[in-house]
Amino acid sequence: MVIAPLDAGREAGLRALLDTMNLNPGMADPVGAVLPFGAFSRLHFARLVLLDDALQADLQALGLPRPRLPTCLAFMGDCDGSARTLLAELVQQAGDGLRRIFAHCEGFQAGGDLLAWMLAHDQPLAASYVNWVGRSVQQIRQESALQRALSAQVPRGSLASGAEAGRIHQALRAFVETEIHAGHLTLTQPEPTPLGWQVARLLNLLAIPLAGLLLLPLLIVLLPLLIYQLRGREKRDPEICPRPQLDGLQALQELEDYDVSNQYTALGAVKPGLFRRWLVTVLLVLIDYACRHVFTHGYLARVQTIHFARWAFLDDKTRVVFTSSYDGSHQGYMDDFINKVAWGLNLVFSNGIGWPRTRWLILGGARSEQRFKYYQRRHQIPTQVWYKAYPGLSLADLKRNQRIREGLERARMDDAQALAWLRLL
Amino acid sequence: MSTMPTPAAAVELDDIQGLVRFGYKYHTQTCFLLLRVKDPDAARAWLGSAPVSSASAAPSPPATALQLALSSEGLRALGVASDIVGAFSAEFVSGMGSEPSRSRRLGDMGANAPGQWQWGTGARVPHVLVLLYALPGQLDGWQRLIETQCAAGFDTLARLSCGDMRGFEPFGFVDGISQPLADWNRERPVVDAEQPNYSNLTCLGEFLLGYPNEYGGYTDRPLLAPQRDARAMLPRAEDAPELVDLGRNGSYLVMRQLQQDVQGFWQCMEQQAGGDPALRERLAAAMVGRTLQGLPLEPLEQASPASQAAGAAPDLNAFSYSADPHGIRCPLGAHVRRANPRSADLPPGEPGLVSWLMRTLGFDAQALDQDRVASTRFHRLLRRGRAYGGTVPAPGTDTGLHFICLGASIARQFEFVQSAWLNSTHFNGLQNESDPLLGTRLATPDGMPTDGFSIPQAQGADRKLTGLPQFVTVRGGAYFFLPGIRALRYLASAAQGGSP
Repeated sequence: MVIAPLDAGREAGLRALLDTMNLNPGMADPVGAVLPFGAFSRLHFARLVLLDDALQADLQALGLPRPRLPTCLAFMGDCDGSARTLLAELVQQAGDGLRRIFAHCEGFQAGGDLLAWMLAHDQPLAASYVNWVGRSVQQIRQESALQRALSAQVPRGSLASGAEAGRIHQALRAFVETEIHAGHLTLTQPEPTPLGWQVARLLNLLAIPLAGLLLLPLLIVLLPLLIYQLRGREKRDPEICPRPQLDGLQALQELEDYDVSNQYTALGAVKPGLFRRWLVTVLLVLIDYACRHVFTHGYLARVQTIHFARWAFLDDKTRVVFTSSYDGSHQGYMDDFINKVAWGLNLVFSNGIGWPRTRWLILGGARSEQRFKYYQRRHQIPTQVWYKAYPGLSLADLKRNQRIREGLERARMDDAQALAWLRLL
Repeated sequence: MSTMPTPAAAVELDDIQGLVRFGYKYHTQTCFLLLRVKDPDAARAWLGSAPVSSASAAPSPPATALQLALSSEGLRALGVASDIVGAFSAEFVSGMGSEPSRSRRLGDMGANAPGQWQWGTGARVPHVLVLLYALPGQLDGWQRLIETQCAAGFDTLARLSCGDMRGFEPFGFVDGISQPLADWNRERPVVDAEQPNYSNLTCLGEFLLGYPNEYGGYTDRPLLAPQRDARAMLPRAEDAPELVDLGRNGSYLVMRQLQQDVQGFWQCMEQQAGGDPALRERLAAAMVGRTLQGLPLEPLEQASPASQAAGAAPDLNAFSYSADPHGIRCPLGAHVRRANPRSADLPPGEPGLVSWLMRTLGFDAQALDQDRVASTRFHRLLRRGRAYGGTVPAPGTDTGLHFICLGASIARQFEFVQSAWLNSTHFNGLQNESDPLLGTRLATPDGMPTDGFSIPQAQGADRKLTGLPQFVTVRGGAYFFLPGIRALRYLASAAQGGSP
C-alpha cells in the first residue's frame, strides 16, 4: 500500500483527475490513459482512494481532542509475485500517469526517482487475506476461456450409461488438445513458488506458535487481569452508531453494483489506550497468520465471497484502514458478516471507537444488525478508482473453472467422477 | 438490541391495517388508486377520517375494505415535518425509481428502466396509495364513494384495476402459495440465536415496525419526543420507552406493476419443447419451480396421520431443498427456489459440537458448497399482490401483476431478494443467468448473455435453455409506508412540531 498525504489545496484537482480514470463512477477504465491497469497481467485488483479524517471527530465523544490529519492518497493493488516487481513495471509502463497522480502529494518531486518515492511511501500491511493463495490472473483467464470452450462443446442430453460420461471426458480432452495446438486455448502450468517465499512461509508458520508458546506462561498469569480489563471496557466503551447521512450513503451506492463484484474501503480510529492498541495488534497478527496458513483455499471461515482483504495501521496505530473486494451486493456482504462471521468481525473491529457493544470479544457487536449497518456505512469511504482484472467472474466461477481444469488434466476417471465433472460444465 | 426475553404484550390488532394480517381473498374485486396531493388541508382532512379497515377479525368478511399507504413524497406533500420523513428508512426516503444505483440492484434496466415507467418517477410518483377491496359486485359503489371523498384533496394519477384470477397468476400457475407465517401470538422467543432449521414462523418485527425482528432488534422508523404528540395519539416505543413510535403497527409496502407477456412465455415454451405439450409444461414447471397446479418439484413431507384422516388438502409448503443441493429435482435457478431458498442459518450436517464448529469455521467442504445462499429467515416477504388484465387480455390492454409486499426493512427484504436472489446472475453458484421469469436478459459487464436457464440432470451435463426473451417488464413502482391507524391519524393532523 503506497500512501502519502496530499499537498494542501490539491484535493479537488486530484479527485477530478481520478474521476477521469473511470468508465463508470468508481470503475476503472482498464485501458485508460493515466493508468492502463489492464496492461499489467499480474494485477488482480487495484484501487486509488482518498482517506480523510472526518471520523476523528468521534474522539471528542470520548472527551479527547480531535486530531487534524491530512487527507491521504492510498494506492493498493493485489498482484501475483512480488509487489516490488509490479511497482517497477508500473513505473516503467505508466510512470507519466503515476507522476500526474502523485504530484498532488506532499513532497513529491516531478523529476525524482518515482520507484524510490513509492517504495519510501509503501506502508506494510497488518494482515491480508487472499481467497486462493497461488491462483494467478493468468490462470483465472485461461481457465475461464477453457470453461467457455468446454461449456459450448459438451453434449447436454441425458446419458444412456455411466460409461458414456467417461467417453465424453476423453473426447473433451482430445478437443482441448486440438484447441491448444490450434492456439485457441492456452493452459500454462503455474509457476513454482520461489524458494525464498517457501522458506519465509515456513518460518512464519513456526515462529508465531513458538512466540505464543514462549508467552504462554505470562499469558496464563495475566489472563484474569486481561479478562477483567476487557469486560470492564466492553461495559464502559460508548457505542457511536448514528445513522449515516443520506447523501453520504448515496455517494457510496453510486459506485456499486456495476459488476458481480464490489469494493469496500473503511477507515476508523482505534480506541485510545495501550490495552486496545496491543489487543488489536496481537489479533491482527493472529488473523494474518490464519489467512496465511489456514484460510488459503476459497473461504475465510464461512465467507466464500471475499477475493482479497487487508488491514493496515495508519498514523502510529491510531487508525486502521480495511479494504476488500467481494462478490455480490453490499447488503448481501453485510448480511454475510452478521450471520456468518459476526464473531470474527467483533474480534478486530470492536477495538475501533464506537463499535456496537460486544460481550467476551466475540458475542454481540455486529449481531446488532441496525447499529452495525449504520456503523459500517458511516466508516466506509468512497473508493475513487477500483480495478478488477476479470469482470463478470465471481469466486464461485473461479473455483468451478479450477475444478474443470483439474478434471480435464486427469487422464483416467471412473464413471461417477466423469459424470460429476461433466456436471460442472 | 434487546436480548432479554420480555413478556410479549398482546398485539393491537385494531391499530394495524388489515392487509398485514389478511390477503382479502374473499374480496375478489380490487382496485388500487394512485393519488397526488392537490390540496394538503383537504387531503389531511380525508386521511384523518378515512374508513380504514383494521386487522381485528370480524365474524364475517365486511362487504368492502379500504387500506391506505403513503410515499415519502406524499408525506412531504402533506406537510409532515422533514425530520420525521427523514427518520424512515433510507430506501423509503429515496424511493424506488429515483437513483441509478437502486435501479442497477433491482434490475430496473433496459426495458425496465424507470424512465419508461407509466408511473413512479418525477411528477408521476404517487403520494398516496388507496387499496380498495370488495366482495363480488360491491366494488363500483365503493370506489365511487371513496373517489368522491378524495376529490377535494387529491388528483388521481392512476386507477389500477385488478382482475379475479381465482388464485392463478397470468402465466397460469397457482399463485401465492408460499407465505411466511407471522408470529401474531408473539410465541417466537425474542433472542438472537442461531436457527439450525428453516421455519415458516417469522417474528412479527420482520413485517410490523416497532416489534422485535429475527435478530431481536428493530428496524428504521421515526421515534419522536412525546412533546411532538401533544394529543398522545401514538404508542410508546418498545425499545425506547421515553419516545413515541410513529412506525409501530405499520409496515413498509413495496408496489411494482409487472407486465407479463403471457403469449410470449408460452410461445417460447412451445418452441423450447419442440411442440411436445407434456415437455412444454415440464419446462415451464422447471422454470417456475412448481407445476401449474402449484405442486413443488420436491417431495412433500408426509402429512400427520390426523390431517390425512381428516382428508385435509396437502400443505404445498411442506418441503425443503436440503435433499436436492444440486437441483436435480428443482433447478437451482427456478423462480420459487430463488425467491425462497428455504435455507437455514447453518448448512445441514452431523449433530454435535465438532460438526457445528467445523461448519462454523468453514472447514466442512460439503457444508461450504451448500452455504452460498443467505439464511432465508431474514429475507421473507409478505406478498399481497393482485393480478390484472386476465390471461387473455383484451386488445390494446396488457396483463400482469400488481406486485405488493410488506416488510419492516425494504433493503434487507424486498431489495435483497430482488437483487441477491432473483436478479443475480450468480445466485447459488450459477453463472450468467438470472431469474427465468423476471430476468432482463441484459448482457453481463464482460458481454456474456444472461438469457439462459440451466436444468441439472442426474445423468449428464446441465440441460440449457437459451435465447429466452424477457417475459416480465416493470411498468411502475414505488415504496410506501402502510401506517398503523393511529399513526395515520397523527400524520393527518397538522400539529407535529419540528421544522416543516
